[in-house]
Amino acid sequence: MIPAPFEYVRAESVDHAVALLGEHGEDAKLVAGGHSLLPLMRLRLARPSVLVDVDRLDDLAYVREAGDQIEIGATTRMAEVAASEVLATHNPLVAHAAGHVGDPQVRHRGTFGGSVAHGDPASDPPTVLLALDAQMVVRGPAGERTVAARDFFKGLFETDLGPQDVLTAVRVPKLSTGTGWSYQKFHRRAIDWAIVGVAAVVERSNGSVARAAIGLTNMGLMPMRAEGVEAALAGAAAEPGALAAAAGHAPEGTSPPSDTNGSAEYRRELSKVLVRRALEEALAR
Amino acid sequence: MHVSVTVNGTRREADVEPRTLLVYFLRETLGLTGTNVGCDTSTCGACTVHVDGQSVKSCTMLAAQADGREVTTIEGMASDGELHPLQRAFHEHHGLQCGYCTPGMIMASDSLIREAGHPLAEEEVRIGLEGNLCRCTGYQNIVKAVVAASQEMHGAPASA
Ligand SMILES: Cc1cc2nc3c(=O)[nH]c(=O)nc-3n(C[C@H](O)[C@H](O)[C@H](O)COP(=O)(O)OP(=O)(O)OC[C@H]3O[C@@H](n4cnc5c(N)ncnc54)[C@H](O)[C@@H]3O)c2cc1C
Ligand code: FES
Ligand code: FES
Repeated sequence: MIPAPFEYVRAESVDHAVALLGEHGEDAKLVAGGHSLLPLMRLRLARPSVLVDVDRLDDLAYVREAGDQIEIGATTRMAEVAASEVLATHNPLVAHAAGHVGDPQVRHRGTFGGSVAHGDPASDPPTVLLALDAQMVVRGPAGERTVAARDFFKGLFETDLGPQDVLTAVRVPKLSTGTGWSYQKFHRRAIDWAIVGVAAVVERSNGSVARAAIGLTNMGLMPMRAEGVEAALAGAAAEPGALAAAAGHAPEGTSPPSDTNGSAEYRRELSKVLVRRALEEALAR
Repeated sequence: MHVSVTVNGTRREADVEPRTLLVYFLRETLGLTGTNVGCDTSTCGACTVHVDGQSVKSCTMLAAQADGREVTTIEGMASDGELHPLQRAFHEHHGLQCGYCTPGMIMASDSLIREAGHPLAEEEVRIGLEGNLCRCTGYQNIVKAVVAASQEMHGAPASA
């Protein structure tokens, strides 16, 4: 299938992209790798009248250290995030999750920033960023601002990005050596999206859990934190019984979808199992 | 809009509608029908080509986004009448039946083998080809063909 007609303009810089979005109004949309947007346009579920292409803003394609954080430029391809040495050393969770997005072809084109900006609750990177308390760097008509992951994902395909905003980078913390992590992506076929996904970041001290952050994929209209699990884990013993008991809180406050891959009820049960597996794996690392 | 794309080593220029997908630019504008379209959902991989050396699904990229870049299709794999090692391996190991998925399989495999930098194990091939579907073969012989070609391409001794 072929998208409806549109006008195409290539942005030469971030500021140029912001200006082009302003010039063309509400019906203009950014396109980067196009792996979320073009499938929707082919099905005519999206019909922007103007596409502003940021795919070639190569100065936004990087992964680098920035003090006690790692900064990932918005147009960095998923494959580059997955293969990043900097992330392998300082935050393997992000690289691992990026390496499990789609298939190799998708990872060659899809950008990290595009995944974040799209705001799809079934996507893997947003959940990981939420669990890591990442920060999004956004450039708009009023200049640059930084938005915490908690305030960024607002609803189904809805983020804090305004119609003239460009996401330029994402910042994640460097994980300390005592911090364990896991991303559990449950799906039936390799290429599929997560039926449910769970990101876990666990800080331990002397055989107990000092602090845990748990993110959930595809358990509601946006990526979510499993706050019930986090509260139950604070100070808990790092042993199977306590972990399983905490994992039982996973579905609290969620509103998972029902579809051909599973009912909402199935997803609620699955989330408990995956949280337990994520905690066990994180603590074993 | 005007695009200029180097396809299989030759610079090709054309005026296209912005909404033209790369796969239709290749098939319809340039007449290179080796690249197939097998789905509407970016899942089957039949349309896989290389853009600047990397495998991509040409049904999910605009021709406009390939402007100024180098594209290789299945038509560009053989050189001087010699089949590419992957093409030969698919032939020798019966890696195809109807052949519809084959161009995409070969383009995805070539990118995978070059990126790995070493001969691939069976499991690596299975994971690496997760974005390519075949409705005929049951995959066994495709995997055998790609493992064999990866050994040849990285100069490893052929195993039985
Ligand atoms: C077959 C297939 C399988 C997939 N499987 C998975 C999976 O398992 N897990 C997963 O998480 N994802 C999956 N994806 C989605 C893929 O990861 C995303 O499509 C991709 O990363 C999004 O990036 P993009 O560059 O393609 O975005 P685009 O499609 O170009 O853009 C997506 C949206 O973000 C906006 N946008 C893009 N860049 C910016 C920016 N810099 N600033 C502001 N807004 C911006 C666009 O306007 C658009 O609304 C899959 C996709 C396909 C086609
Ligand atoms: S036609 Fe491109 S993935 Fe199926
Ligand atoms: S050989 Fe027929 S689809 Fe693969």
